[in-house]
Amino acid sequence: MEKIESPLELEKLRKSIQSKKKKEKTFISICAGTGCRASGSESVINAFKEEIKFLGLQNKVGVKVTGCHGFCEKGPIIVIHPKEIFYHNVEKEDVMEIVSETIIGGKIIDRLLYVDPTTGKKITKESDVPFYNKQKRIILGNNGKIDPTDIEDYIALGGYSALSKVLFKIKPEQIIEEVKKSGLRGRGGGGFPTGRKWESCRNAKGKLKYVICNADEGDPGAYMDRSLLEGNPHSVLEGMIIGAYAIGSKNGYVYVRNEYPLAVKHLEIAVNQAEEYGFLGKNILGSGFNFSILISRGGGAFVCGESTALMASLEGKPGEPRAKYVHTVEKGLWNKPTTLNNVETWANIPIIIHKGASWYSKIGTEKSKGTKIFSLVGKINNTGLVETPMGMKLREIIYDIGGGIPNKKKFKAVQTGGPSGGCIPEELIDLPIDFEKLTEAGSMMGSGGMIVMDEETCMVDVAKYFLKFLMEESCGKCVPCREGILQMGEILENITKGNGQPGDIELLEEISTVIKDTSLCALGGTAPNPVLSTIRYFRNEYDSHIKDKKCPAGVCQALIQYSIIPKKCIGCGACLKQCPQNAITGEKKQPHIINPEKCIKCGACYDVCKFDAIKRV
Amino acid sequence: MEITLNGIKVQVEDDWTLLDAAKFYGVKIPTLCYHEGLSPYGACRLCIVEIGEGDKSKLVTSCLYPVQDGIKVRTHSQRVVKARKLLVELLIARCPTSKVLQDLASALGIEKIRFKARYNDCILCGLCVRMCEEQMDAKAIGFVSRGVKKRITTPFDIKSEKCRTCGACIYICPACLLRCQGPEPPSVLCSGCLNFSPPCVDQYKDVMCYLDPCVACLKDKGENMKKGGKK
Ligand SMILES: Cc1cc2nc3c(=O)[nH]c(=O)nc-3n(C[C@H](O)[C@H](O)[C@H](O)COP(=O)(O)O)c2cc1C
Ligand code: SF4
Ligand code: SF4
Ligand code: SF4
Ligand code: FES
Repeated sequence: MEKIESPLELEKLRKSIQSKKKKEKTFISICAGTGCRASGSESVINAFKEEIKFLGLQNKVGVKVTGCHGFCEKGPIIVIHPKEIFYHNVEKEDVMEIVSETIIGGKIIDRLLYVDPTTGKKITKESDVPFYNKQKRIILGNNGKIDPTDIEDYIALGGYSALSKVLFKIKPEQIIEEVKKSGLRGRGGGGFPTGRKWESCRNAKGKLKYVICNADEGDPGAYMDRSLLEGNPHSVLEGMIIGAYAIGSKNGYVYVRNEYPLAVKHLEIAVNQAEEYGFLGKNILGSGFNFSILISRGGGAFVCGESTALMASLEGKPGEPRAKYVHTVEKGLWNKPTTLNNVETWANIPIIIHKGASWYSKIGTEKSKGTKIFSLVGKINNTGLVETPMGMKLREIIYDIGGGIPNKKKFKAVQTGGPSGGCIPEELIDLPIDFEKLTEAGSMMGSGGMIVMDEETCMVDVAKYFLKFLMEESCGKCVPCREGILQMGEILENITKGNGQPGDIELLEEISTVIKDTSLCALGGTAPNPVLSTIRYFRNEYDSHIKDKKCPAGVCQALIQYSIIPKKCIGCGACLKQCPQNAITGEKKQPHIINPEKCIKCGACYDVCKFDAIKRV
Repeated sequence: MEITLNGIKVQVEDDWTLLDAAKFYGVKIPTLCYHEGLSPYGACRLCIVEIGEGDKSKLVTSCLYPVQDGIKVRTHSQRVVKARKLLVELLIARCPTSKVLQDLASALGIEKIRFKARYNDCILCGLCVRMCEEQMDAKAIGFVSRGVKKRITTPFDIKSEKCRTCGACIYICPACLLRCQGPEPPSVLCSGCLNFSPPCVDQYKDVMCYLDPCVACLKDKGENMKKGGKK
């Protein structure tokens, strides 16, 4: 491939790719994102390739191996274009039938269609599935349409046209104005206005400047950055090149988590292809602008995602945060002005340039513009990645998109913002989700993790769980975070063990204030959130643990007891057989009894009893 | 450049930190991980001061924060003192045998430690690491791990070739050399050296006494202050 040396050449290439693709009318897009891979999409892909080869259809039917479509719950997912027929939970045994019935015969296979659980209706088109049709997928949308290892797929969909536009038609200052006008705020957690960050970096003294993409994504359960890098790496690269041009930087880094081998692989392929085509390197598209990108693999610690720790790690030093009293846009990587943005933030840039700031700023709320990708996990029917406009109500995300809570259980709370976010209770289910509203509710946007919890969740236990994660992930440099979280964890441990003391809640609050006030970095600064928000909304649960020594949700083992309600027990003996401790005795057809001395509270009897005869209090 | 230090306007040099300014004007701010001959590290957070006013005020570490023209600094505001006390409490729970910490506790008037003592020998202030690297040019010791598992050791946990056994690390350590013999379980607070006689004659309502923090003052719970002004 010859380097593209002008915008005109790019447009020519785009036309030729598009007409080449047009011939290939039918194509099967198969998700090979991490979720679908885990449920076996690789063997489905191979089966399709073999079958199509066997039938000699290579020239008529394409197989497109794509990144994550988002609906991971139902993987492996395939979509047959152009009709957009959506099949889920596809197995390799289904492949022959799909090719002969749907692709050749044009018939729909009912069994593989998605059934709307509320209406019971079968849905054929991908965009009609409620999980998708309530979303606004401006960032994720192309994941299902392109092969991430083929730059031409990205170009065919208009890729790199935003870059060619800025290089030849827009001045760097105007780009920054445009990004400012769009209202885009960082998607990595803090929500800092991106345009303002770029402006400070552009104005900072010094010739050498850096741009960095933060792909460290350490939040447990969050994987939107991974899906973007795996599924559409060029959108991130294009954003970075535009940013570098606006700021006046020639060197960029992508700091990517080492546990993401596929993302690293796709990113490497993308960088190589972009260099080959002339979007990276010297004299980009003949504009005279030079920019190169290096990929660096992260050290694997959660705290390395923090801006200063990340930069220290890039410099080869231990990944410890440092004070940011002089901002990193002035003194960042190797003390040079540096702009660090999150993967999703970068991926927004080409769209803003392409569609314009006024189009973009119409999406979202007053102070939070655009869309946000959330990873919806926990006690929810449709786990997966969802992209919604800012300001969508929690209720819509959980019930309309997420399909509600499984097993007819009641919704209790949702934890947003990653480990140091907070829990939002049911009474706030109509909260419109944006940066401000989440903070007001005692939580935060964070990277966009959403863990849904049902009525069987103990909130004290939840707080303890997150605190434990943070205790292990704290870099251990500063006293409030290292020692404070440890002591808070100890207090919570005591509470869940039934050793809580009056005054514990107040002590937790006192430590929290000091940790928030005095920690060096935002890990410590936000670490008390899970505790403070659960105290705020579920104080009575803390009280039950401390005063009555009871766990209302029946989770904290030390505080629960199993017993049999004689009236309900028919003496079937099912529980007796299950109990690993032989703690249950009783004659056939007579009510059974649990010996509390022997019971280890495993709950095996509770799960096996069909007559709700076992009580857990 | 001019800053307001505890309500008094003072001149400062451009390249000072807030701690430098406070020291120059004789305002005592407790520090632990700071040492004049070493680069600042910002780990103990004891040197925090409050800057700004009203809702926008915040705590920053004075050993790192550069002076800014017109900035308003309070070195012993309620918020600061409260936080400092809890930090020392947390530190003593980690390492009750450090005399440096015990002294800080008595100076701050801490009367009780509400946390379980863990009798660790190191408070991770990092002074030894910086001493070894910056003054002894040896880099024989460093931190490993993170979170609660963080500790100081030599590379690969074996005797370091680079160590010249100069002892500088031990000399500078606030936990190693000066062991406090006082504390015995269950009370890990020693208070052996607590000073009860009032070292000052003048006490003011709001403005900081130059001898602040003063145990005598804290001990009588500000009784004299309430009466207003001088005793
Ligand atoms: C403990 C901690 C972990 C973080 N991890 C990440 C991360 O994995 N990815 C990320 O983009 N930002 C992370 N951040 C936020 C970054 O420090 C930084 O604010 C962000 O990358 C800036 O980009 P943005 O303005 O585009 O959001 C983390 C922050 C903290 C305090
Ligand atoms: S707040 Fe926690 S993670 Fe951040 S520097 Fe301090 S110890 Fe390290
Ligand atoms: S399983 Fe239920 S009904 Fe059967 S013996 Fe046990 S408690 Fe009784
Ligand atoms: S050994 Fe001493 S000087 Fe070194 S970090 Fe620990 S407490 Fe500080
Ligand atoms: S002396 Fe400033 S943080 Fe330790």
